[in-house]
Amino acid sequence: MRSNLGFFSDEKFRSIFFQTLVVGLFALGLFFVITTTSYNLEKRNIATGWSFLQNPAGFDISFSPFLEFKSTDTHLKVYFVGVLNTLLVSITGCIAATILGFILGIVRLSSNWLLSRLVYIYVEFSRNVPLLLQIILWYSILIQLPRVKQSLQVLDVFYISNRGLYSPRPIFESGFSYVSIAIVLALISSFLINRWAKKRQDKTGQQFPVFSSSIGLIFIVPLILFFILGSPLSFEHPELKGFNFKGGLVIRPEFIAMFLALSIYTAAFISEIVRAGIMSVSKGQREASAAIGLKQTWIMRLIIIPQALRVIVPPLTSQYLNLTKNSSLGIAVGYADLVHGFGGISLNQTGQAIECMAIVMATYLSISLTISFFMNIYNRSIQFKEK
Amino acid sequence: MKKLLSIFAVLAFAFSAHAGTLDDVKNRGFLKCGVTTGLAGFAAPDDSGEWAGLDADMCRAVAVAVFGDRSKVEFITTTGKSRFPTLASGEVDMLARNTTWTISRDVNLGFEFVGVNFYDGQGFMVPSALGVSSATELDGATVCIQTGTTTELNLADFFRLNGISYEALPIETNDEGKENLFAGRCDVYTTDASGLSSTRAAASNPDKWVVLPEIISKEPLGPLVRHGDHQWGDVVRWSLNAMIIAEELGITSENVDAQMSSNVPEVLRLLGVEGNYGEMLELSNDWAYQIIKQIGNYSESYEANVGPDTPLEIARGLNALWTQGGILYAPPFR
Repeated sequence: MRSNLGFFSDEKFRSIFFQTLVVGLFALGLFFVITTTSYNLEKRNIATGWSFLQNPAGFDISFSPFLEFKSTDTHLKVYFVGVLNTLLVSITGCIAATILGFILGIVRLSSNWLLSRLVYIYVEFSRNVPLLLQIILWYSILIQLPRVKQSLQVLDVFYISNRGLYSPRPIFESGFSYVSIAIVLALISSFLINRWAKKRQDKTGQQFPVFSSSIGLIFIVPLILFFILGSPLSFEHPELKGFNFKGGLVIRPEFIAMFLALSIYTAAFISEIVRAGIMSVSKGQREASAAIGLKQTWIMRLIIIPQALRVIVPPLTSQYLNLTKNSSLGIAVGYADLVHGFGGISLNQTGQAIECMAIVMATYLSISLTISFFMNIYNRSIQFKEK
Repeated sequence: MKKLLSIFAVLAFAFSAHAGTLDDVKNRGFLKCGVTTGLAGFAAPDDSGEWAGLDADMCRAVAVAVFGDRSKVEFITTTGKSRFPTLASGEVDMLARNTTWTISRDVNLGFEFVGVNFYDGQGFMVPSALGVSSATELDGATVCIQTGTTTELNLADFFRLNGISYEALPIETNDEGKENLFAGRCDVYTTDASGLSSTRAAASNPDKWVVLPEIISKEPLGPLVRHGDHQWGDVVRWSLNAMIIAEELGITSENVDAQMSSNVPEVLRLLGVEGNYGEMLELSNDWAYQIIKQIGNYSESYEANVGPDTPLEIARGLNALWTQGGILYAPPFR
């Protein structure tokens, strides 16, 4: 009996045996999936390959703020339009969710009973109602806005209707590039001033008014330059012509619905993460900093938040990933993202389901890994550095 | 290794192979038929929750041919986008879903269109308050369009050809299109003219909407099955043809019993009194008799679902028999 199990009682053999078994089963499973798929594709006479990417799409995409798209463009371009639209709503959504989430997380801990209860209700409501319903809710509200001919006019230049929010489009004239250069230079020098001021404070204890001097550099200097150059900026105003407004900038209700739903939903999770982060900083830290006479805002900014960030950032990363992946729900309201355009319309018009889905999946994977990569770098930079 | 591979090939075959759709359907005891998510007149649940419409009748006719019972159908709703994967994966046995017969769908997607049960064309519908009388006046309009359809491609071609611009608002289902059009999110809704009539009939005030005169495409709509299963394709094809031939021969659900003793040879062949056409299809010999008895001929189905006396008010037009100025034509039953 014992001799039969001789091999198995060897720990090394056992671990190698099971690992080989698992890898082997996985490889077999993969092999099985691939053979079955190609067998069935062949049996149903479904053509495979990547050449369809170069074929003209034949349909139009109207929401493409970065690339101009015509129906004669290829499916490959449909893909790029989709990626850009996905990135647009993901990035703006992440920024808004972070700002809103941080504010709400801090307010939730406020000693004001009413405020903290209100945030509590908000958090429980928005994270417990399915995101898809929230997207559809926002969209349903937005298309109940006035029709385009009865647009609401705000401040004489903005128009709001169920076709979207129309605003004037800035047109940069020849001299404006100097102003842009001035702004960039101001940003760089503010950054350098900030570093220099920190070093000086570490050495001498003297403080420098970094905030006000940066504001002066970034806003006032370019503004003066702008007027010296004779205001090289004009606006193209939207005008109601025929069926629609022509000219100007437009933000579509599909985008607004996605943006609001994604950022409000994710902000609820982020606010809880922020709250957990702040609460993880021991009470003694706050009391000690109050004892040496720091102001409340300083205690938050200099003592609590830096320590809380260590706890906040890793789960924050997964919220960013969630938001990006959730943006694929845009299909529910016709937002022309990657899944809707390339993974939906192109897939359906060409019938190349496996190819399209593989590309879409690989793209989401790359976006997610990129976000993780940068968030991990940031995470390392805020960890405690033991000296 | 060779042995292993062959085991896999057998396994793959066992997982994927359809012994034949007709046998599958018979063994299952009911037909799975893919229809729209709801298009009045073609396939939509009626007041009592029963699926009704021209396409629904097509499904029922096939169920009658196989089982002799019009209730042996499970209706499975599909969107413009989900319909093809649903059929290809074997989740439904056939589609009767306002689907346009095109070369790429017939050849590249691996399907087989077995006939045409409605000749349609793409049109435009606008609110009458806009005062538009022709589709060429639609420069700059926002157009609601169902994605993944031939109409989406026709639309792009039409505006390109006429050198006018538009903004596409992609939608998934007819209901979404209705909602966006009625809310004024889009100015124009474009789909098959029959679909427009159906949408217009469903509006609270149909007079507020006009269908523009331009018909910009050919849209032959018909049932389809998976490519390669010819036996099943034949069953669906001849279920449709039987209804058309019945109209041609003047057989209706009311007079079908009297026609059993007719002296017209083709009537006797169709009703299974003479010949063994049912057996050739591996159906019972009275399959066509049962279709006519339980569903009616093509004209009866048309008049009950989409004809001038229904809210859709679609005249027979192209869908009249070839003998009456239309192009509806079925091969001879012999």
